[in-house]
Amino acid sequence: MPRLDYLDQLESEAIHIFREVAGQFERPALLFSGGKDSITLVHLALKAFRPGKFPFPLVHIDTGHNFPEALQFRDALAAEIGEKLIVRNVEDTIKARNLTEPKGKFASRNALQTYTLLDTIEEFKFDACIGGARRDEEKARAKERIFSVRDEFGQWDPKRQRPELWNIFNGRIHKGENVRVFPISNWTELDIWNYIRREKIALPSIYFAHDRKVIEHEGQLVAVSDFIQLEDKDVVHTKQVRYRTVGDMTCTAAVESSADSLDDIIREITATKTSERGETRIDDKVSEAAMEDRKKNGYF
Amino acid sequence: MDLLRFITAGSVDDGKSTLIGRLLYDSKSIMIDQLEAIEKQSKNKEEGEIDLALLTDGLRAEREQGITIDVAYKYFSTPNRKFIIADAPGHIQYTRNMVTGASNADLAIILIDARNGVVEQTRRHSIIASLLGIPHIVVAVNKMDMVDYSQDVYNNILIDYAHVAQSLGLKNVTYIPISALNGDNIVEKTDKTLWYEGPSLLQFLEEVRLEDDVDLKHARFPVQYVIRPQTEDLHDYRGYAGKIISGVYKKGDQVTVFPSGVSSTIKAIELGGKEVEEAFAPQSVVLHLADNVDVSRGDVIALSNDVPKTEQELEVLLCWMDNKPLVPGNKYLLQINSRQVRAAVREISYKLDVNTLLQEANPQQAVLNDVIRATIKTASPVAFDAYSELRVNGGAILIDETSHVTVGACMIQ
Repeated sequence: MPRLDYLDQLESEAIHIFREVAGQFERPALLFSGGKDSITLVHLALKAFRPGKFPFPLVHIDTGHNFPEALQFRDALAAEIGEKLIVRNVEDTIKARNLTEPKGKFASRNALQTYTLLDTIEEFKFDACIGGARRDEEKARAKERIFSVRDEFGQWDPKRQRPELWNIFNGRIHKGENVRVFPISNWTELDIWNYIRREKIALPSIYFAHDRKVIEHEGQLVAVSDFIQLEDKDVVHTKQVRYRTVGDMTCTAAVESSADSLDDIIREITATKTSERGETRIDDKVSEAAMEDRKKNGYF
Repeated sequence: MDLLRFITAGSVDDGKSTLIGRLLYDSKSIMIDQLEAIEKQSKNKEEGEIDLALLTDGLRAEREQGITIDVAYKYFSTPNRKFIIADAPGHIQYTRNMVTGASNADLAIILIDARNGVVEQTRRHSIIASLLGIPHIVVAVNKMDMVDYSQDVYNNILIDYAHVAQSLGLKNVTYIPISALNGDNIVEKTDKTLWYEGPSLLQFLEEVRLEDDVDLKHARFPVQYVIRPQTEDLHDYRGYAGKIISGVYKKGDQVTVFPSGVSSTIKAIELGGKEVEEAFAPQSVVLHLADNVDVSRGDVIALSNDVPKTEQELEVLLCWMDNKPLVPGNKYLLQINSRQVRAAVREISYKLDVNTLLQEANPQQAVLNDVIRATIKTASPVAFDAYSELRVNGGAILIDETSHVTVGACMIQ
């Protein structure tokens, strides 16, 4: 027998994790953002559970600041695979809970979506939430378990993590706690792209080069949209760009690129000298421990 | 392209962080923005000099509280292989950390400071590597620059370590003289150790043979989940979803289900939704049996001609990982792959000193980082193999029933 190719090994590991969730939890959910990592998760879930139905719904926490292309893609994918999609809106949480919207040029609802996420977990009594975080993204992620236990406030406590040995996953929790599960923990950005190419997984069009109106902000290109406030000094350019990650329009930056095929994108990412989050996430630059802080407060 | 998981064993003083930083830096896995963040922190360094150790630096919570989280994972690739580094920090909780990191490792790099040679810590790391059955060991003799790249120093360390390896029965030991700080023999061979004829560390990591590490003789398939669509056109469909942890399964093979012991034959195998004639470890598949037998999550489907043991009393080497001590008689949940059973730790026959291998008979309890030999009684039979023969079906964890925390790692004897 040959050794399995690395992508087959990663795929099998992820399918194994999905099935452990199905076997160990009563009410899991797959957190789906419409980005490439969660689209890859859906593809892996199809391999794990077909011809059966998913033992969980897809759940999208919609900030209201999403790219329209990503939302259309989300709805089309859910319809195509015939699985349940639950959408909860940050807008509704803001109204119901009298939350204060962040102000400023790139006012981001990134922090507020944690409230909606925790409310949704409570509404549906989810005991496990599967997400597409990867350990190569950020150093707080590098230390998180594949089964990451969160308390009833959704908080991650790095000191109280359970040791995770062999391929044995301990999903036992107290009432009110839940587990965040990361099946693609061991994948890198390049692994994801290589897998998408190999498996011919469809992606929203914004991942490929297109013309877009953007402004420059501290060396990053931010799309002009209703969600950001332009200042007089801002110069709007039309540039050929693509997105390397897909988050909110307010906190995701585009990269200038003419890559309109997976081959070209993989070539660019192989040669790039900037990390995925560093190049495209405006929100991680706030402080050195930005991600660590957000995770402790219940963020993914 | 293949995948290699390795662990680095050593303390900051041995240059472990510098070594990992060097591998990431020289394999161009560090991005500019990450380097900029490090440069900001390396303020005290001279212009242009980067403290590679900072690449493995921890979280703010760790810095503030002087603690270290058990394992951090790092990734890099070369055109031939993807590498996953399990970086387990040293300090007090070392045994627990290294056991965790080592459980999945294909290879361990044991760092020795050339100035100090084989010390107690080297023995401890090697004992844990042997207990956890890591298939390949690299002894990296670091800081060769501090001993003028002396072949004599290096050779003496080799002779000393060979005794350790022999007493532990470690096979596949490779020695490499390096300087992580200067990058000697890390990615490229250095001209400072012309007497050394072996490969550089990275060259070795890229070329070490992994083909024999997956056991293809003993077929084991723990059932994780039963797929039953119960739709009109699929109402007879009943597929057992799981990962082949070892061995090869073919359509028509005679199989036995454990712990029940009932037999059947494989009617079909699905891989990624497509039917295949055969499948092998470590593929995740769906198995279909010819007969309508009772199979559920946690059962093991094995080929009938080579079966696991099925017992209710297990002899284990147990690494204790909880702050609360283990007291004989305590009850826990034992989880082996996807099977959870209630279990009680009956008696502790001895405690193993992981520095010397000496045994202390009949200890009253086990505390954090202790390695003990114990008898565990389970509420129902467990299908397993001896850890030393089949690592993937011989490791189990103990879970505290009240805190739900993973408190112990068992290597079944």
